[in-house]
Amino acid sequence: MEIVTTLCSRLRLTSWVCQRDRVSVIVLIGASTLSGCAEGVLDPKGPIAAGERQILFNSLGIMLAIVIPTILATLGVAFWFRHSNTRARYLPGFTYSGRLEMLVWSIPAMTVLLVGGVAWIGSHDLDPGKPIADTIKPVTIQVVSLDWKWLFIYPDQGIASVNQLTIPAGTPVSFELTSSGVMNSFFVPQLGGQIYTMAGMTTRLHLLADHPGTYRGLSAQFSGDGFADMRFNVDAVPAANFEQWLTATRNTGQVLDTQAYAELAKPSIAVAPFSYRNVAPNLFKSILSTRLQPDDQSRLSQAVEQRTQK
Amino acid sequence: MNLTVAVGEVDRPSLPSTSQAGPAPKRIVVAYGFWIFLLSDVVMFAALFAAYAVLATATSGGPTGAELFDQVSVGIETACLLASSYTCGLMSLAVGSRRRGATYLTAALTFALGAAFLVFELSEFTGMIARGATPQRSAFLSAFFTLVGCHGLHVSAGLIWLSVMMVQVAVKGFRPTVERRLQCLSLFWHALDIIWVGLFTVVYLMGVRP
Amino acid sequence: MNVLGKLSWDAIPFDQPIVMGASAVMGLAVLVVLSWVTLKGHWPYLWREWITSVDHKRIGVMYFLLALVMLLRGFSDAIMMRGQQAVAAGGAQGYLPPEHFDQIFSAHGTIMIFFVAMPLVIGLMNFVLPLQLGVRDVAFPTLNSVSFWLTASGVLLINISLVVGEFAKTGWVAYPPLSELQFSPGVGVDYYLWALQISGIGTLLTGINFVTTILKMRAPGMGYMRMPVFCWTSLAANLLIVAAFPVLTATFAMLLLDRYLGFHFFTVGGQGNPMMYVNLFWVWGHPEVYILILPVFGVFSEVIATFSGKPLFGYRSMVAATMAICVLSFLVWLHHFFTMGASADVNGFFGVMTMIIAVPTGVKIFNWLFTMWGGRIRFTVPVLWTIGFMVTFVIGGMTGVLMAVPPADFQLHNSLFLVAHFHNVIIGGTVFGAMAGYNYWFPKAFGFKLDERWGKASFWCWLVGFYIAFMPLYALGLMGMTRRMQHYDDLNWQPWLLVAAAGAVVILAGIVCQIIQLIVSIRNREQLRDASGDPWNGRTLEWSTASPPPAWNFAILPHVDGADAYWALKEGKPANQDQPARPRKYEPIEMPNNSATGFVTAFFAVVTGFALIWHIWWMVGLGLFGAFVTVLLFAFRNDEETEVQAEQIARFDRTHQLELVV
Repeated sequence: MEIVTTLCSRLRLTSWVCQRDRVSVIVLIGASTLSGCAEGVLDPKGPIAAGERQILFNSLGIMLAIVIPTILATLGVAFWFRHSNTRARYLPGFTYSGRLEMLVWSIPAMTVLLVGGVAWIGSHDLDPGKPIADTIKPVTIQVVSLDWKWLFIYPDQGIASVNQLTIPAGTPVSFELTSSGVMNSFFVPQLGGQIYTMAGMTTRLHLLADHPGTYRGLSAQFSGDGFADMRFNVDAVPAANFEQWLTATRNTGQVLDTQAYAELAKPSIAVAPFSYRNVAPNLFKSILSTRLQPDDQSRLSQAVEQRTQK
Repeated sequence: MNLTVAVGEVDRPSLPSTSQAGPAPKRIVVAYGFWIFLLSDVVMFAALFAAYAVLATATSGGPTGAELFDQVSVGIETACLLASSYTCGLMSLAVGSRRRGATYLTAALTFALGAAFLVFELSEFTGMIARGATPQRSAFLSAFFTLVGCHGLHVSAGLIWLSVMMVQVAVKGFRPTVERRLQCLSLFWHALDIIWVGLFTVVYLMGVRP
Repeated sequence: MNVLGKLSWDAIPFDQPIVMGASAVMGLAVLVVLSWVTLKGHWPYLWREWITSVDHKRIGVMYFLLALVMLLRGFSDAIMMRGQQAVAAGGAQGYLPPEHFDQIFSAHGTIMIFFVAMPLVIGLMNFVLPLQLGVRDVAFPTLNSVSFWLTASGVLLINISLVVGEFAKTGWVAYPPLSELQFSPGVGVDYYLWALQISGIGTLLTGINFVTTILKMRAPGMGYMRMPVFCWTSLAANLLIVAAFPVLTATFAMLLLDRYLGFHFFTVGGQGNPMMYVNLFWVWGHPEVYILILPVFGVFSEVIATFSGKPLFGYRSMVAATMAICVLSFLVWLHHFFTMGASADVNGFFGVMTMIIAVPTGVKIFNWLFTMWGGRIRFTVPVLWTIGFMVTFVIGGMTGVLMAVPPADFQLHNSLFLVAHFHNVIIGGTVFGAMAGYNYWFPKAFGFKLDERWGKASFWCWLVGFYIAFMPLYALGLMGMTRRMQHYDDLNWQPWLLVAAAGAVVILAGIVCQIIQLIVSIRNREQLRDASGDPWNGRTLEWSTASPPPAWNFAILPHVDGADAYWALKEGKPANQDQPARPRKYEPIEMPNNSATGFVTAFFAVVTGFALIWHIWWMVGLGLFGAFVTVLLFAFRNDEETEVQAEQIARFDRTHQLELVV
């Protein structure tokens, strides 16, 4: 936001600049609004998101090199060969040219060759299941999407939290994800791309936050009435603070056992973050086996009740 | 319009290829269209086959194919259907030579064999359901009942169609429309046979491998 | 056991003023139209000439009309969504609660894809194909009527859901487990499934019909490499229909079995596999994209060649590119869910395959460019749509390839960037193409041109509105906003959404201009009348017959000696004039009789569908029985064709020639 404010004041100061400069300033503002204060994919805070943005830019660059000339050529040719232009030559017989055909097929083919290379290498380099190479041992976090909130289990630390993800900055985080029922997509744009959470299946994701900070997390796959509130904050904290947080969490809240999980799994909307001081071992595994499926037909009426209470 | 006049007047030169021969006769068009329909039907079965292949091991603790399938009964069932394809072929010959009696006879044989096939299939289904192996038991059984049942529905539709066609032969005789429909019917019947061969292989032969 | 199954007065949402208001407006409009028709005594005419017509031209017009009406419905959904997202920022909840908002975006997607885009392209193909092929009708005229009316049944069911019950709250893709009974116990998903199953059968029959028509019914001399490009792209699209729609039917059938009989195809329990639905859905879904876009590629090819006054550049390349797209479209479905967690090899493969499709598509763009090169381009309304398409579609294609790069897609999947992308290609491609085709072939269908000024106004509103409405969505996607959000907390998003809402209003202005264009053109039809049958100096056979063409299209089937048959003929005309014209030999023509089969079958399809949705089992039986009896009656009818006398044909030709002289 600061950048924009600075730019805005600059714009006012430099209002005497010629039209062309002003245009470029506006473009700059647009770009900085996007990247600067939007907490979006153009403002990465970790190596994965940065790598993905780089690939985005590379592919975009390669394609713009051909797309922009094509658009200009289309408009130019259409304009020049307009019916009223007597200077344009009418060539009704110009219907085939082997050389042009060659060109016509090879230009997109070459572009695709380049972008295809980027895609192939990129999908291997940034495979969500690939661990981040680092000397520090990663923190494992198990993610469960519920209706309509997120459960984060720290199996090694024996704690869990809801709608609030605290991670140590500078340490790789290894996620194992599943869903209690409906499919969702776990997404922290500034740290890296999303991955689906699916009942009965585990997906893997590895992320790393370079710097401490709070990043927006959300579900990217529509999952029902409470979908819009399936948000969470990712607090990346310095390693020392992470230990403090763990200690603090171990001393407050309930225990997450099968019973507490069944209670949690009931549909609810816009749940304020809270945590569990202890987690039953293998809870994630039993969620995964779908034995804890809330096989409840009156689920939706419950959700409606919850909303009225809210 | 006078331009079209000119077109019409051009004496037709000998056409260099069949693709330029102009609209095909109705018999060809109808059969061709029906082939395309059969193609789409095969694609639909392909989707069901794919679903079966994905779910074949998803027994959810319930019975497996090896425990359920009775290959002797399925073997007889298959024989019935294959034989009905043969009698259906005989029926086409009878129609081709416009012999009404032979047509009725071969149609009746085809009907009987098709019905026998269905009886075997239904008894298999009811037997499985009696043992608790219902389509609601597991994803595997859902896929099994759907794939095999869909084929069964096709056979039933074929039997109804066959009956209607015999009434048409009786009422309308061997006129071109009736002949075209009989031709489509026999295509349909043979296609069901081919699908069954695939089904038999995938479900009943591969399904009982240890 | 209730006689009416699950149906009761509770099904009608009396407590929701927005729904009731919309329903009232719709009901009133229907009532006004029906009573006007009744008062004017138009029913016999409508029944005879339209409802029971098996003429491909009439059916094509009805398809197009249906699509335009549904465009209004789908667009009102769009405006409501844009309005909601423009206001529901921060703590605000907007004016649409989630359960209503969810229905709106589901209905918007379903309607726009199945009941706007599909009937638009099928309508164009219906009207144009037989004329371009130089034949008298499609291969199976009555089946064609059945197809249309089954599509109309789907439309009716989806509109009933507005008043009686609810629509799906799952998005237009209806992914399980959300769409399973456990999570969507209402009738919404059932409306979705049955409406699409019924109209899907109609579409499949259309595909079979057109493939047969193109491959087996062409004018003498029209070999494959002499077919107009529109015929080629239609062939590809219909092959895709035949190969893809059965997959959708099977997939929906499985979901229906889950919902109605407790099967476990896609359920969470019983070891069902929800991701199998996602795979199967997109095995249909990606070819569907090309079903929508390929025919309009053909439209653009015809338009650009005609108005440049020269043949299409690189005809063979175009054909090859079309067929390449047709095949490749089945090998890319996984790019709709790279985020499923498949291995890097799988993701990489499907990413690269997706990009390979961009090659033939790019070839097409260049070929259109070279068609314009050396042409004399008349900037009529169809050409404006075409150039608007070329610019817009290139951008949409680029963002599509961008999302085919798996790591980029991890960030952009399900975001508003994706929403912007597919609107970019569907509006910029299918809608622009349909509008180009509408303006191009309207004079052929009705004998007078559409008003140019209002047409241009409409084009500019659509084009500008499109950019204002969807460019912000690209930005929002990059800012991390996902689709289908009923409200959001990030106030930075709101300005962009306000701009997008404004863009939707500009598009609305475009739609209004289109309606005005139609009204003005009908009013001024005498000034806009085209007596020649060839208002644009066309190249293909449809322009060689009268406008509107007679029921039999061509008195004598044209004989084709090369590509661009009619153009070649006009070029060769002076030579022909030297020879004294021999009198034409008219022969009687067998024309298929009108048939109510389509309409009646569709009626029973609606009855069956509605009964199935509400579990009214006796009515299901009744509906199925009615449909069966209808088909039987059709099978046993005796007079299938009527002969048009040679004298009548000759008379038509003579009066038409007179018109030409005048």
